[in-house]
Amino acid sequence: MSLDRPLTRNVRADRSPTDMAAYEANGGYQGLKAAVGKLSPADCLEILKDSNLRGRGGAGFPTGMKWSFVPMGDKCSPGDKYLICNADEMEPGTFKDRLLLECDPHQLIEGMIVAAYTLQANVAYIFIRAEYFKAAALLREAIAACHQKNYLGNNILGSDYSLEIHIHASAGRYICGEETALISSLEGKRANPRAKPPFPQVSGLWGRPTIVNNVETLCNVHHIIERGADWFKSLGLTEDAGTKMYGVSGRVKRPGCWELPMGTPVREILEEYAGGMADGYSLKGFLPGGGSTDFLVGEHLDLAMDYETIGKAGSRMGTGTMIILDDKTCPVGFVKNLIEFFARESCGFCTPCRDGLPWSAQVLDDIQHGRGRDEDMDTLARQVKFIGAIGNTHCALAPGAMEPLQSAMKYFPEAFEQHIQGSCRHCSGGGH
Amino acid sequence: MTETTSMQLVPTLSEEELRLIDAEIAHVPYRSAVAIDALKIVQQHRGWVSDESIKAIASYLDMSADELDGIATFYNLIFRRPVGDKVILLCNSISCWIKGCDGLQQKITEQLGVQFGETTSDNRYTLLPVTCLGACDKAPVMMVGEELHEDVAESSIVRILGGSTEP
Ligand SMILES: Cc1cc2nc3c(=O)[nH]c(=O)nc-3n(C[C@H](O)[C@H](O)[C@H](O)COP(=O)(O)O)c2cc1C
Ligand code: SF4
Repeated sequence: MSLDRPLTRNVRADRSPTDMAAYEANGGYQGLKAAVGKLSPADCLEILKDSNLRGRGGAGFPTGMKWSFVPMGDKCSPGDKYLICNADEMEPGTFKDRLLLECDPHQLIEGMIVAAYTLQANVAYIFIRAEYFKAAALLREAIAACHQKNYLGNNILGSDYSLEIHIHASAGRYICGEETALISSLEGKRANPRAKPPFPQVSGLWGRPTIVNNVETLCNVHHIIERGADWFKSLGLTEDAGTKMYGVSGRVKRPGCWELPMGTPVREILEEYAGGMADGYSLKGFLPGGGSTDFLVGEHLDLAMDYETIGKAGSRMGTGTMIILDDKTCPVGFVKNLIEFFARESCGFCTPCRDGLPWSAQVLDDIQHGRGRDEDMDTLARQVKFIGAIGNTHCALAPGAMEPLQSAMKYFPEAFEQHIQGSCRHCSGGGH
Repeated sequence: MTETTSMQLVPTLSEEELRLIDAEIAHVPYRSAVAIDALKIVQQHRGWVSDESIKAIASYLDMSADELDGIATFYNLIFRRPVGDKVILLCNSISCWIKGCDGLQQKITEQLGVQFGETTSDNRYTLLPVTCLGACDKAPVMMVGEELHEDVAESSIVRILGGSTEP
């Protein structure tokens, strides 16, 4: 059992799922046994806070702090509280939660039980995207196996704590991953995001205190409770604690997803794990963590992949799964694909996003197809300013969409100019 | 409707559908909260969700048909028109685009004679685009029914969709 790869210790080369027997044989459900009925919820929360665990869903918000806003004990009005696992993974270029769900479903369930115990929530949901049929089936099996062992259900392991976990398979749409839209969807409505405040921690599902966390975040929780905050902090190479599921897709030799110490340098992930660029291709830029993060370029390769460092470089670590732009792929086409994605996935609630994103896509399409004019660059810059400003839109989808666009205009202006002049070397050279 | 249905509350939903919807209702505070689950249950049994089904589900969940239709049409995997026996979900998000999903789309169109949003005339397949399928290391990918196909080459489209030829 390797301690420095807690999240993937049960992941096999053939990616076959780990069942209850194999999970327990490898030390599984020890975190549950250490926590439920043994430690107080307040003690668990203290450990979580000390650990510096930050949410792995994209924003990197400190998990312990987020949980501390949930009213506890007498401070909570009578009624249920809810824990929701966000397994909606649809961010373009993100493929880490699928691996955790399909290879080790019990790990998520154990993490959720310890998390729900800490929050004293008696009902939890896994909101899983419709297309993850296999993962949903494995999770149902895992939940049933837990009921047999009394790891779920009434009075877990003889304690006075009870928990049910329900699975909600979604019906599509990227916006469901935004946590307040997810709550709307779980209530059976259109997945429109909600105004904050009130924050879900106080008024979420059915108006009750609710915590939404990413799959990878929750998979860490019981390991931290079992092994302690100091152990977790010691896993990271930089200030940010723990390990991280990093991924690389695009034209590299070995695209894939690996659990590595938090803060592993970009170059190491790209060259040692992904095997470097595919033959005949070189690196032009990369999105560090999914489709709504700003481009970084060659000069950033020696940066540590963590929230702080990538943030300071003008981007975001996001989901930690990089998308590589190679020298034979047109940056304009690349960004247009992303903007079209976000335009299609807009929930339609607010105007800058609903009408602005299709406009951006149209301008990019004009540029790509030789109909561009010089003033189009000003139009795009204005769109970036208005659509990208936090506060101009109801949720973060639209500002996120502007991140790859604004940074492509900054780092690859020549690609736009060449297109406007009708001579893009990528598009005439048989590439995209 | 052929039989006399005045005694039945919801004439167009089957016993089995009602049983599954009731199981969902059991753990939510109000009936309309299971709208999406109910739409999925009916779609699973009938392939798609007709106007009749919308009315029947809405009345069973104490909501208006318009409200339910507003929900149904929001979600791209609730089908308000008939679809083929299998739905092809072709990922056209960024990692698959880099690896040539446009070529796959062309190939599928050649093979089946359908564009995005269309169903083959033999009713075997409906072709739809889908958001990033979370398998970017195996790009390009697509789903056919519930099955994920990874590292799909243009040359393997014929094998994957074997048999069906159009026009
Ligand atoms: C448009 C949009 C889509 C999102 N999609 C996801 C998603 O699929 N999975 C996820 O965990 N978080 C997603 N998020 C982030 C969630 O809103 C939320 O921050 C996250 O689930 C919190 O979990 P964490 O604190 O564990 O990171 C999305 C955010 C936005 C704005
Ligand atoms: S920014 Fe877009 S996705 Fe978010 S609420 Fe507005 S329209 Fe909906």
